[in-house]
Amino acid sequence: MPPKRKDNVVIKVEDVGMDVDAVIDSGSEEEARRRAKNRRVRPQRKAKRVSDDEEDEDEEDEEPRRKGRKKKAKPRDSDEEEEEDSRSVKSKSSRASRRKAAKEESEEESEDDRQKKKKRGKGVSKQEKEEQNKEKKGQVKGKEGKDKGGEKDRKKKSGKFSSSSSSDSDSDDQSLSEGEIEALKEQVEEKKKQIATLRNKPWRIKRRLVILKEAQDFVEKYEGALGKGKGKRLYAFKVMMAKKWIKFKRDFENFKTACIPWERKIKDVESHFGSSVASYFIFLRWMYGLNLVLFGFMFGLVIVPELLMGLPYGSIPRKIVPRAEQDTAMDFSVLFDFRGYCKYSFLFYGYYNSERTIGVLQFKLPLSYLLVGVGIFGYSLMVVIRTMARNSNEGGDGAEEGEFTFSWKMFTSWDYLIGNPETADNKYASITTSFKESIVDEQESQKDENIHLRRFLRVLANFLILCSLGGSGFLIYFVVKRSQEFSNMENEDLSWLEKNEVELVMSLLGLVCPPLFETIAELEDYHPRVALKWQLGRIFALFLGNLYTFLFALFDEVTAKLESEKAIKNATEWALNQYIANYSSHYNTTNVPPQNVDPADTLRGPCWETAVGIEFVKLIVSDMQVTYLSILIGDFIRAVLVRYLNYCWCWDLEAGFPSYGEFDISGNVLGLIFNQGMIWMGAFYCPGLVGLNVLRLLVSMYYQCWAVMCCNVPHERVFKASGSNNFYMGLLLLVLFLSLLPVVYTIMTLSPSFDCGPFSGQEKMYDVVMETIDKDLPSFIGNIFVYATNPGLIMPAVLLMVLAIYYLNAVSKGYQQANLDLKKKMKMARDEEKNRRNNKDSTNQVMKDLEDLLPDKSLIPPPTEEEPPPPDVVIEKGSKSPKIKPGAAGKGVKLQKDVSLAATNPRAPVNRAPGPRRAPPGNARGPQPGPGRGRGRGGPPRQ
Amino acid sequence: MGNKQTIFTDEQLDAYQDCTFFTRKEILRLHGRYHELAPHLVPMDYTNDPDCKVPLALIVNMPELKENPFRNRIVESFSEDGMGNLSFNEFVDMFSVLSETAPRELKAIYAFKIYDYNVDNYLCKEDLEKTLNKLTKEELTPEEVVLVCEKAIEEADLDGDNKLSYADFENMITRAPDFLSTFHIRI
Repeated sequence: MPPKRKDNVVIKVEDVGMDVDAVIDSGSEEEARRRAKNRRVRPQRKAKRVSDDEEDEDEEDEEPRRKGRKKKAKPRDSDEEEEEDSRSVKSKSSRASRRKAAKEESEEESEDDRQKKKKRGKGVSKQEKEEQNKEKKGQVKGKEGKDKGGEKDRKKKSGKFSSSSSSDSDSDDQSLSEGEIEALKEQVEEKKKQIATLRNKPWRIKRRLVILKEAQDFVEKYEGALGKGKGKRLYAFKVMMAKKWIKFKRDFENFKTACIPWERKIKDVESHFGSSVASYFIFLRWMYGLNLVLFGFMFGLVIVPELLMGLPYGSIPRKIVPRAEQDTAMDFSVLFDFRGYCKYSFLFYGYYNSERTIGVLQFKLPLSYLLVGVGIFGYSLMVVIRTMARNSNEGGDGAEEGEFTFSWKMFTSWDYLIGNPETADNKYASITTSFKESIVDEQESQKDENIHLRRFLRVLANFLILCSLGGSGFLIYFVVKRSQEFSNMENEDLSWLEKNEVELVMSLLGLVCPPLFETIAELEDYHPRVALKWQLGRIFALFLGNLYTFLFALFDEVTAKLESEKAIKNATEWALNQYIANYSSHYNTTNVPPQNVDPADTLRGPCWETAVGIEFVKLIVSDMQVTYLSILIGDFIRAVLVRYLNYCWCWDLEAGFPSYGEFDISGNVLGLIFNQGMIWMGAFYCPGLVGLNVLRLLVSMYYQCWAVMCCNVPHERVFKASGSNNFYMGLLLLVLFLSLLPVVYTIMTLSPSFDCGPFSGQEKMYDVVMETIDKDLPSFIGNIFVYATNPGLIMPAVLLMVLAIYYLNAVSKGYQQANLDLKKKMKMARDEEKNRRNNKDSTNQVMKDLEDLLPDKSLIPPPTEEEPPPPDVVIEKGSKSPKIKPGAAGKGVKLQKDVSLAATNPRAPVNRAPGPRRAPPGNARGPQPGPGRGRGRGGPPRQ
Repeated sequence: MGNKQTIFTDEQLDAYQDCTFFTRKEILRLHGRYHELAPHLVPMDYTNDPDCKVPLALIVNMPELKENPFRNRIVESFSEDGMGNLSFNEFVDMFSVLSETAPRELKAIYAFKIYDYNVDNYLCKEDLEKTLNKLTKEELTPEEVVLVCEKAIEEADLDGDNKLSYADFENMITRAPDFLSTFHIRI
């Protein structure tokens, strides 16, 4: 190794080196500060450095011999450079501050070590390696010179390490003693942990690679050597398996990330529109994943068994199109309305047979149907809540709003994802505005505007919005009622418009109302973020109102259908009885063969479940159509027109009135959420709905990605999607709950149709569970259920739960209170600290008052304060004066504090520390170990 | 870059995966991007650790960085020489820290380095002013800039030395709700 070269390296590293390892270990601030200081004094210490370097060189010369192993493995100088790098940093710091103290101690220690090593005889022993590896870890461990490195020893040596080395010296060097094995094991474990956490270390990657390599080599080398005899093999096997497992896990991770679709697409969108628009697409993707799982349940447990093992199409009445409809059953218009063949297919509830078990596997389809229907809700609930919990961990620990307004704005407002000039410009503008707004807020120069007018406008806006909400609800109710009238009429008499009125009106309302609200919201003149929340809330209310109006109207329809069903049921029963009576009287036998009627000709009920399913499917489809058409017309055609008509138009279309569309995040997200709500509600009555939704989301993903990239412009005010993920999730949870209600209600109260669906013939849908418990499970489980459903048991259980909720609530309130107290305390401590350090006019009213109560001393300022020192010195001292190492001059500090507090005349702020601490400027920049070291500990307030 | 030759050995890829937050595929893609920056400089074969660096001017022109007001600082703080010349290792390192999966602590450290213009391990008023001017394209008046910087320091400075040390910065940034969502670059 050429020593010259290394010299260069050292110096180079030193020149640049300070920003290496901003934080090596725990005492980060202290370390950093010390380093910074050392750098400042570097010129003075050049000479010293040279000699140090020489020493290092010697040490380096030892290196190759000591780690021949390592040298083979990797390029040499990078290794050494790293080594040098970390060491020079370390040495710089340690030399400056504790060289003297260290010297004596290390002298002793190295003496010790040398003796031990001589005893051990072999130059390169395991211990040696351990040492090397240990010191590499960046915890400041001692570096040991073997022969003459006495003065190079650093002070710090972990106690564990030295004790292990002493135990080593007792044993002979070939066989490993128990303690040694333990130590080795520990180290191997440590290394492993290091490998696992290496990526989290803020080191240069080169260094990380080197350390990784070393750690791996170490582990490889010593892992096998551990354990004896039988244990050895087992250990080796375990190690091997662990390795395989890690490899497998990594491959699996790789596979998993490779499976996440649309990374690139979303990234493109993200770079153009910032994270808020991208958050919609990420949400969409998440939704797609959720629906895929739901579809998997539905498809695998309900649809496929019925298709494979159930009776084929046309075998029973519920599985065939009635004779009257057969002529038109294949027409496109009929199919498009989900009637005809669609209605009598596996897509809908009515198709499924009520046989208890089907096929050779004795698959219990009705039970499976019910469980999947409920399980979809259970699974969604679980996933949503888990995602929410995970998201909530991500956001910061929520300091109070306003504590860090400016610094947050400064350091976190730029969205690093932005990669599009236009978006960047918008972002710049919005950041500037937000800064200006904050400045205005800060100065609290509330413009003298007409507060009454604004209040009036806000009330007016809310009134208008309430009106339109009510209006839309009424409209839907009216339309649904009308559609019920239509449904009683003949199909042929109705136009397409009349048949699809409900869906159309709902979709149009969803299309028209949000922009209307936005326009009305202009009146209110809220801050955009507040406005967005309002907007979201209003659209949510609109959708919810519409959905529930729709549901109530649907319930009316269902009850009507139930009535007519009863009549039909009676009629069929009557006909059957008639037939049996006729048959038996005619042939004089009780052995009546089943009625020989073609399944298509049988009289059948309206099957309200299928009707509900069809309503939902139609709703989804029309929603889809409206959404896609509005994108096509509202965004694409508009963009084309604006783009190309601009050449021959009288005003600037691009900048002026029509302009390009913006991506409406709130509307899209809410649309997605409500769509999902309808899926949840409809899935029970229409198992095919989930599959349809998967398709829809897939198409949406591509279509909207394309649309947003090709015809939208970024928002003028690019806002961040911060925390909005959980906001979306919260809405989703609410919608999930709201859609759970009607489904559970129908399952629990309404009786299923008598001639269609998996529950036909039962009084209630959940009877299928009872039946299974009775017939298929051992009787004691049935008994357990009987006991468990006993009111005597349920009541205490409910009570217990209420108590638990109460208790948890109380506990969380207590925690909140404690949190608040702590925050308050921290704030107080901070204020106090600030006041003390800054020596400025107190911002804290209480402190101010207290200071006012300190009368006499403040009138006599220390004489040194008369002359104004240069400003940089002021800063120097302001930072340093009170921060003396507590151990060294604890008393002094207290005294100092008192003096500075007392010396402050609160009405006349003093910008610097009082006299006694003042040192000449040159001196202030010199290496002063005291303040420098005490600095880091100066963080928390000293009481 | 559809050629079949090996770019990295398996060990190298494993090492990179241990040291960064990337998967195998992403590392290969990163290499592709790196190679694209300077096809004549960067070899396709990295099995024997060639020593080559791509200068700052080329890197900041990547679309991921081009619009970023702090692009030069980002690249500089990840380069070992401080001038912004990045070797492939450092290049990977940079995007690893900026990747979505990197932990908050690590990001905070590098964010601190990025905003520390004069590399003295403190964010002093000049640093903040520079940051602010970059953020707002110097749209604010000098008084406003001074005011904002003073406010920011006052908010975040715990020990009252009128500049932000890393501890101050960390304390402030770890509570910021937007930090994680905005301080990342998808590559």
